[in-house]
Amino acid sequence: MSLVLYRIDDRLIHGQVVVGWGQPLDVGFIVLVDESVAASDWEQELYRMGVPMEMDVYFHDVNGAVEALPGYRADPRRGLLLTGDIETMQRLVDRDGAITAVNLGGIHHKAGRTQRMRYVFLTEEEADALRRMSTAGVTITAQDVPTARPTPLHDVLSGATL
Amino acid sequence: MSDEARAVVAGHADYAVGIISAVEQITGRGSRLVPVSGTGRSAAEIEEAIRTTMIDRGLKVIFTDLQAGSCSMAARRMMAGLEGAVLVCGANLPTLLDFVLADDLSPQDAALRALERGRSAMTMLTSRPKPTSADAGGSGAR
Repeated sequence: MSLVLYRIDDRLIHGQVVVGWGQPLDVGFIVLVDESVAASDWEQELYRMGVPMEMDVYFHDVNGAVEALPGYRADPRRGLLLTGDIETMQRLVDRDGAITAVNLGGIHHKAGRTQRMRYVFLTEEEADALRRMSTAGVTITAQDVPTARPTPLHDVLSGATL
Repeated sequence: MSDEARAVVAGHADYAVGIISAVEQITGRGSRLVPVSGTGRSAAEIEEAIRTTMIDRGLKVIFTDLQAGSCSMAARRMMAGLEGAVLVCGANLPTLLDFVLADDLSPQDAALRALERGRSAMTMLTSRPKPTSADAGGSGAR
């Protein structure tokens, strides 16, 4: 199969990912790309315990992920790639060159961000990074769960759904 | 009998408020449980909400709705700094009913027993035709 979803979600592995997307997409493995998690056995164990036994989780920093992505794309199972922030996804997009669509799954409030959707808050720099990815040909939509309608980046940035 | 809180219940959307309202309706002991919702919060905010609630009230037990959920993840992070704390994931109504009624046990021991009760309360029943009056007359076999 391949990697069927590239998702930005600041909660990383949680219910929407494992159950909400994982079950309908028949996901067999998750690739979690995060510099701090990749450097911490404790963090990895925490996330590993959050997934069912039949689902594998692989942890990488950006450099490791770029090297490993061809292997994951050749995996016979379906996989899902997660980053916890836009910057990490943008680095993957720039270096990998084969990511054509990115899902915004959950970017929550913190200082400097303004609300664009119920579950998407962005700084101006983050909004610009999404625009750059879009201009480079990546389709960016926000969709928290599979049954929701995907919201195009333009509507995310304009706050059209608020 | 004390109405003092003994545990946090945390989960998606209105899970905690909803299931605690059911506990209150059945036992009148909903105040033993303190709700926390993960909705609209980042992972760090959920962890902080759980930590604040547990430390402020001196609680050591937390029930969550789903092992993979953000509240369970946040609780596990929080527990790294809270000695003696226990987390029960996948709590259902029978679990919480047993917990709030266990006045004779410490909260941690009550959580362990409630976990077993909650597991054993899950069952599946299949439909059967309603017996007719003829069936009631039957063959007389017993």
